[in-house]
Amino acid sequence: MTLDSVPKEVIFSHDMPAKALDPELRKAREAKVQIATISLCGCWGCNLSLLDTDEALVDLLDKVHITRSSFTDIKRIPGQIAVGLIEGGVANDENIETLEHFREHCDILIATGACAIWGGVPSMRNMHGLEACLREAYVDSPTRPVQSAPVVPHHPDIPKLTKKVYPVHEVVQIDYSIPGCPPDGRTMFKVIDDLLSGRGFSMPPDFNRFD
Amino acid sequence: MSFTITIDKRKVLVDEGCTLIDAAADNGVFIPNLCYTRGKPCLGTCRVCSVRVNGKVTAACTVPVQPGMVVDVNEPEVAEMRKLLVEALFSEGNHNCPSCEKSGRCELQAVAYEVEMTASPFPYRFPKREREDAADHIFLERDRCIFCQRCVEHVRDEETGQAIFAIHGRGTKARIEIDVGLANKLTPEQVHAAAELCPVGCILEKGVGFEDPMGSRKFDVKSLRRRMLEGETS
Ligand code: SF4
Ligand code: SF4
Ligand code: SF4
Repeated sequence: MTLDSVPKEVIFSHDMPAKALDPELRKAREAKVQIATISLCGCWGCNLSLLDTDEALVDLLDKVHITRSSFTDIKRIPGQIAVGLIEGGVANDENIETLEHFREHCDILIATGACAIWGGVPSMRNMHGLEACLREAYVDSPTRPVQSAPVVPHHPDIPKLTKKVYPVHEVVQIDYSIPGCPPDGRTMFKVIDDLLSGRGFSMPPDFNRFD
Repeated sequence: MSFTITIDKRKVLVDEGCTLIDAAADNGVFIPNLCYTRGKPCLGTCRVCSVRVNGKVTAACTVPVQPGMVVDVNEPEVAEMRKLLVEALFSEGNHNCPSCEKSGRCELQAVAYEVEMTASPFPYRFPKREREDAADHIFLERDRCIFCQRCVEHVRDEETGQAIFAIHGRGTKARIEIDVGLANKLTPEQVHAAAELCPVGCILEKGVGFEDPMGSRKFDVKSLRRRMLEGETS
């Protein structure tokens, strides 16, 4: 089931009626550079790393408005925005849909962290195969309740797992990548600040980190 | 005897018989590499030190300097080629740096930083490579082997001169193997030296895990570039 095929009477958080924003505030927000973040098959560590920039984040918020993020928890980006930050690789059909939505609505799309860049920890399942992993987790698991029959969770509302975990750039075009697990908050700040200031993307050796 | 060669449009004085990669380092020009070890015979396996010599691309560790040689090192096209070679290594094996004992001390990782790699453009293969733990004091984490052959050529049984490591198979089936009998004869110092010689986290000493915390590991303290330019041997 895709988001578009959900019956009309279902209300998502991004459709929820909300009190109209103060027009002044709305104008001020719209004047800023719009940014969105998302976690696909990741642990939210990369998003947390951005928060780790502490007071630098306050300065950043003078210039940018974060539309879709772990705070707002709206599912979709309203309109076209400047920068999207993707955390996590692609492990199910909902990840693909969300990633494609981000690609369509972001002028610049940035992969952040090992999971988005090459699959990271979740991609360890690629070496074993999906069936073996599900079997280990739900059928042969030593902590499974012995009195009930083993069940691999399946329901139309549960996203279908992809056979492999994919780096995001193997699914959509990615403009830049910020390595690390998670990337250092300073590095993420540097990349965003460079782009906002028109300096372009660069990842000099003393900023680059794969762990 | 000394003579001049041109590196990146700059005339530099070099000694006869010197290898291009060393001559460049001695003149402040860093050329990334993975299989070469200063002072040891050249292997020429990784090609990561590819530069343009008199218009032709070649591995800088394999070339003795010649009078009047014209070399391009940092010209964008050759630099991009070296970067792609490094990126290909990351998609060929399994390199999960966050969980690797060698992280921060790994030459592949350090070289990737130097060529400013962020993501490999090649499809990641996720090959299944079995770990080898038969030797008493050595693990082979085959996921990380880049087939540089440093261990094959430079680690030998002291008595017989026999090789201890060998690469079996070709292409995607290539696999680093260890002669367990000979490996068990190595002293702890020799085991340590073999682990240090491996540019990646494939040859590991059993019983040794993460030694230094982040921030004080080998290449955190001093970059690979600086070490090479100062003539360090590994
Ligand atoms: S890269 Fe590391 S921190 Fe980021 S989502 Fe993946 S596991 Fe979490
Ligand atoms: S061998 Fe080097 S590049 Fe490979 S996982 Fe370990 S630290 Fe990373
Ligand atoms: S085990 Fe290490 S030294 Fe030996 S070929 Fe592989 S990467 Fe090179």
